[in-house]
Amino acid sequence: MTTETHWDVAPGERPAIPASERKASSGLLVYTLGLLLAVILTITSFWVANTSAIWAPGVPAGLVVLAIAQMGVHLVFFLHITTGPDSTNNVLALAFGVLIVFLVLVGSLVIMANLNENMMAHTELMDLQVRH
Amino acid sequence: MNVAVEMDAVRHGELLDISEAGPAPKRIIAGFGFWIFLLSDIVMFSALFASYAVLAKASAGGLTGAQLFDQRNVAMETALLLLSSYSCGMMSLAINSQRYLATFLGAVVTFLLGAAFLKLELREFQGMIALGATPERSAFLSAFFTLVGSHGLHVTVGLAWLVLMMVQLSLRGFQDAVVRRLHCFSLFWHALDIIWVLIFTVVYLMGVLP
Repeated sequence: MTTETHWDVAPGERPAIPASERKASSGLLVYTLGLLLAVILTITSFWVANTSAIWAPGVPAGLVVLAIAQMGVHLVFFLHITTGPDSTNNVLALAFGVLIVFLVLVGSLVIMANLNENMMAHTELMDLQVRH
Repeated sequence: MNVAVEMDAVRHGELLDISEAGPAPKRIIAGFGFWIFLLSDIVMFSALFASYAVLAKASAGGLTGAQLFDQRNVAMETALLLLSSYSCGMMSLAINSQRYLATFLGAVVTFLLGAAFLKLELREFQGMIALGATPERSAFLSAFFTLVGSHGLHVTVGLAWLVLMMVQLSLRGFQDAVVRRLHCFSLFWHALDIIWVLIFTVVYLMGVLP
């Protein structure tokens, strides 16, 4: 059993804690804490979307920040992806996933916004073709 | 210094280096492999999100998100899925300590909450289609039904998987293979909740902004 602590933990497993320090309730505490944080963040998101107390152009950015925070809460408290030394492989895989997601999302949005701005409307193009 | 500490020191000396310890236990390999699958699933969802974000305003003169989305419904769906994620966590704890009754209870609660989520989502889709907001009406609606529909499909698969696991658990007990699969299921279920966080933010909350 002792050699097992040298392996990375599987995702979703909590890092190996010596049996003497492990309490029966600690797992319950982690999930409950995660649930509370997620509820708070969710309620804040709904409030931000519906309030007029916040400068309107800042609302989408605020919502994105809240969503990323909540995804972080889910990762840490529910999936138990931590920065501990025995979770390195999981974190590296996650980092790669996040990189790809970032490239796909930002890449598509930037390219499509750019095209929207610079391409001629279809009707204008037709006019040009007719004239020449 | 007492004997226990000395024993501990000896044990630490015996720990093998990772390059000499041989292959990792199957439990860890299976979990890591499933984690890679989940990440690839999330990458697929990111493509759906990107297409939705690009097409969100392309309603072709039809109904827009602000007219279609009901925030109370979305809040209820969010609460149901979050609670089912929590009860799934409770189920994992029961599996770790090999308690049958608590595991089945956690599974039943998770299943009911997930099914209630699915029912709300289907009712929402039906309501939209009744208003003429079908997937073929506009690019916005195509992207909406693809994105939210594939999440709903994942939830459906998850529910079927959960039922299957409960059958296996009652037939075979807490065997290593069954515990491994249950562990993968809980990873899957938590990942679905993460995707839902993005859906309710990007689709529903941003969709109703003026």
